[in-house]
Amino acid sequence: MAESKRADVIGLPLDRIDGRLKVTGRATYAFEYATQGSVAYGVIVSAAIGKGRILRIDTRDAQHAPRVLLVLTKDNAPPQTPWGPVDLPDRFARAEPALDTDEVLYFGFPVAFVVAETFEQATAAAAMVRIQYDPMPGDYDLHAAGPSAENPGRIDGNGPADSAVGDFESAFASAPVQIDAHYTTPHQHQAPMEPHATMAAWEGEMLTVHTSAQLTTSPQEGLARTFNTPKENVRIITRYVGGGFGSKLPYYVDATLAAIGARTLGRPVKVAMTRPQVFYTTTHRTASEQHVRLGADRDGRLTAYGQEALVHCARFDLFTEPVCDAARRLYAAPNRLTRHRRAKLDLPRSDSMRAPGEAIGLLGLECAMDELAEALDLDPVELRLRNDTSSDPEQDRPFASRHLAEALREGAARFGWNKRVAKPASVRDRRWLVGLGVASAIRGDILQSATARARLENDGKITIELAMTDIGTGSYTILTQIAADTMELPVDRVTVRLGDTRFPPTAGSGGSFGAATSGSAVLAACRKLKAGLASGMTESLGSVTPADLDEAYSHAGFGAHFAEVCVDRDTGEVRVRRMLGVFAAGRILNAKTARSQMIGGMTWGIGSALLEENHVDSRFGSFINQDLANYHVAVNADVGAMEVVFLDEADPHGGPLGSKGVGELGICGAGAAIMNAIHNATGARIRDFPATPDKLLATLETLDP
Amino acid sequence: MEREFALRSPISRRRFFGTAGVTTLALASPPAFADATAQTSSLPTVNVRLTVNARQLALDLDPRTTLLDALREHLGLTGTKKGCDQGQCGACTVIVNGQRINSCLTLAVMHAGDEITTIEGLVEDGDLHPMQAAFVRHDGLQCGYCTPGQICSAVALLAEHKAGWPSHVTADVATRPALTDAEIAERMSGNICRCSAYPNIVAAIRDVNEGGRA
Repeated sequence: MAESKRADVIGLPLDRIDGRLKVTGRATYAFEYATQGSVAYGVIVSAAIGKGRILRIDTRDAQHAPRVLLVLTKDNAPPQTPWGPVDLPDRFARAEPALDTDEVLYFGFPVAFVVAETFEQATAAAAMVRIQYDPMPGDYDLHAAGPSAENPGRIDGNGPADSAVGDFESAFASAPVQIDAHYTTPHQHQAPMEPHATMAAWEGEMLTVHTSAQLTTSPQEGLARTFNTPKENVRIITRYVGGGFGSKLPYYVDATLAAIGARTLGRPVKVAMTRPQVFYTTTHRTASEQHVRLGADRDGRLTAYGQEALVHCARFDLFTEPVCDAARRLYAAPNRLTRHRRAKLDLPRSDSMRAPGEAIGLLGLECAMDELAEALDLDPVELRLRNDTSSDPEQDRPFASRHLAEALREGAARFGWNKRVAKPASVRDRRWLVGLGVASAIRGDILQSATARARLENDGKITIELAMTDIGTGSYTILTQIAADTMELPVDRVTVRLGDTRFPPTAGSGGSFGAATSGSAVLAACRKLKAGLASGMTESLGSVTPADLDEAYSHAGFGAHFAEVCVDRDTGEVRVRRMLGVFAAGRILNAKTARSQMIGGMTWGIGSALLEENHVDSRFGSFINQDLANYHVAVNADVGAMEVVFLDEADPHGGPLGSKGVGELGICGAGAAIMNAIHNATGARIRDFPATPDKLLATLETLDP
Repeated sequence: MEREFALRSPISRRRFFGTAGVTTLALASPPAFADATAQTSSLPTVNVRLTVNARQLALDLDPRTTLLDALREHLGLTGTKKGCDQGQCGACTVIVNGQRINSCLTLAVMHAGDEITTIEGLVEDGDLHPMQAAFVRHDGLQCGYCTPGQICSAVALLAEHKAGWPSHVTADVATRPALTDAEIAERMSGNICRCSAYPNIVAAIRDVNEGGRA
C-alpha cells in the first residue's frame, strides 16, 4: 500500500458520500428537525402592493382563529437593528429586521407573521390578517428607468463599473466590419427546489437556527447584528441544502421571524416560505439591456470591442450585476470599452444567481460574436481562435492557465462541427430545421478565506470539521477525497462534518469558490496533522486566504459550448438535440460530481435561451410568474443528449489544490450557443431572450415550405 | 432602554425576557394571542387509518391536512419533500395503491384504507431499492431535495410502462412502447430537478429497467 501514491483519490469519480442519505430520504433539511407538537408553525404574510404605506392592520380575526399563538405586525414587533448597513463589505451579514416599518418596499414585502400550533391553523389565520394600504406609484420597468440610471462606481466582485483601453469610439467608427446590436435578458429566478426555511430555538441567550443557507458565518453575524447580540450567541446549522444558486447567499425574514417567534413563545418555531414567496421575497437576477459593439478587420481580428449594460437593483440596495466582466477577459482587442449603469426600481432585491455577470453578459457578447462571424463570412470557432489571448487584456498580467483554444478545437472535433452548413436554414429533417451553434465559456476564479479542523480519532479514523455547506455541489464528497488523499487513508475512514458555526469558519458556497477554498483548508489541516502524527499531534487547523492565489496572474476557468437544435417549421418550438461542453477547469476533484455540475449549468443555458423569464405587472409591481407552472425551468424532456469533457489542465499558478470552480462555468455561454444554433437553423436573430416560439414565427413564415 | 413584558402564551405564563441579557427582543406591545382553552373543544379532527410503508396507522387530523403534511409533520416521514405545495414540482411524489401522485394535492382524509409507499418504504431490510442504488451510482441527484420524489416517480413509471401505458411521446398508442430515453424523459417531466441531474436520472432508470446491478 505504501508504494502506491494515493494522490489518485482526488479526482476519482466516487459516488456522492451523502448519496445514500439523500436517496433514502434521511438527509435532514432545515424544516425537518421537529414535527407537529414539538414546534410551532409560522407563516409570513406578504404585501399585496408594490410600493406604499401600511395604514392599518386588523389582526383581530387572525388572533382569534383557532390555536393561534402569535400575530406579529409592525405594531407589536420587537425593536431590531435597522436593515443594513447597505455598504457592509459582507452584504450577506447585514441586519435583516422584520416588520419594523410601515413602508412597503416591494410587492411581497413581509408585513405580518402568524404563529399557530399547526401549519394549517397558521395558514388559515394568515389569510385573515386584513391590511389597508396607501399605495404609491413605483418604478418597476427597467427600460423606462434607463435614463435615470447611475454609474454605480463598482460592480459585484468590486471591479470598476467602467473600463476603457485605447480609443474605442474611433476604432469602432473606422472598423471595416461592424456589429452594433442590442440584447435584452429578462428577470430570472434561482428557484431552488427547497423553499427558504428556518427553524429557530432559544436556550437562554443562545439562539440555534436550522436554516437553508449557502453561508454559515454571514447569517450568524447578520442575525447577531439584527438582534444586537454577540455572534457567539447565534448558532447556524445547515447540514443539507436543497439548492441555492445564489438565492441562499443572503438570509431572509424567515430566519428573523422564526427567531422572534421562538423567543416570544419560548418554544421552537419553524417557518418555510411558500413557493410564491420564494419568487418575490428572496432575490432574483436582474433583467438587463446590453449594447454590444464589435469592430474587426477583414481577417476577423477585433479592433474595437465594447459592451455596455443596464441593470437594476432594489431601491434600497447597491447590487450591480457585473454583466461585462466576462468581456473584459475573454478576447484580445486594442480598443476596448465596458460600462455598467444601474437603475433603482421598486422591486425585490436583485442579487446573485448562478454566475452573476457572465451568465447573462455572455448571452449578449457571444451572440454578437456569432453575428460578427457571419458578417465576416468566417467560421465562428475560427473567429474566437483569432481573438484568443494568453494575457489578461485589461490587466497587465498573464492568465495562470487558459485553454480556451484547446477547448474550442477539441469540441469542434468531437461535435462534428465541420458538418455545420454556414448558410442559415439549410438543413432540414422532416418538419424540423436543424442548426449548430458555438460559444466560449469563461468564469473568473477566486479563493476566499476558510479554516478546517482535522482530528485523529481513537479508532484511527479522521474527522474533518468546517462551517462549509454542501448545496448539492458535492462538498462532502470532494472534501472526503482530499482528506483521504492527504492522510493516505481509505475514504471510509474519513468523516466530513459540515454546516455548523461551531466548526471553524469558512466563506461557504458561492461564486464557484467553495471547493477550492474549503478544499485548500482541508488540505492544509491534513498536511499539518500528518506531519505532526509522529510527535503525537491528534488535531490540527489549516487555513487558506485569498492571498493564496498568486496575484501575478489572472485566474479563470474556460470552456467551449456546442449545441445542436431543431426548430419546428410551423410552431417555432425549439428542441435541444445535443450539447457538448469542453472545459478547462484545472484539477478536477471528482470526475462524477464535477460532470454533474457542468450538466446542471448547461441545462440552465437551455433555460436562459428558451424558457426562463419573468416580467413585472406595472400596475402592482408584482412578478407575473410566481410559481413553477408559469416560470419555466427546464424539465427532463427539455434536455437532449449532454456530453461533458474536461481537458487535462494543470494550473501551477492556481491555488493550493490547483482546482478551479465548476459550479458556474457550465452556464457561462451555454445559452448563447443555443441561440446561435437557432440562428443557424432558421436565420432568425433573436436578441430578446429567451427564444420563445412567438419570436420565431415571423422568420419561419419567410422560409420556403 | 429595555422594555420588559410578561408574556402570556397558551403554553405557559413564564416570563421570557430578562433585563440582564444583551438581547433586546422584547415586543413593542404585548403579543396578540388567542384564548386557547375556549377553542380546543371546538376543533374538528378526523380519524384516518392509513397504511404507510406496510404499517397500519391511525391519525387524528385537521381535515385540511394534506397527505404530504400528514407524512412530514405527523408521521415524521420527512423524506417526502415540499417543494411548491401546489402540484407543480413533483418533490412530494409518493406511491398510493401502486400509482404515483403529488401528495401535496390531496388531503390525507381522502386516503383512508389506502396503501402508501414513501421513499422510506423502498428500503428493504436495510438494502437500497434498485432504483435508489441506481440513482447513487449514476449521480442522479445533487442537492437531493427532489430526489425522493424522483425515485418514487421512477419506480411507479416502470410499473406504468410494464402495464403498457403510453405517453405523450409514444408514436403509436396502440402498441406497447419501448422504454426509450425519450419515453423516460417525458414520463419524468413532472418531477423538476433544478440542479438538473436529468441525464443521470434517465440513465439510472434505464439501468434499472434493463436489469442493471441492484
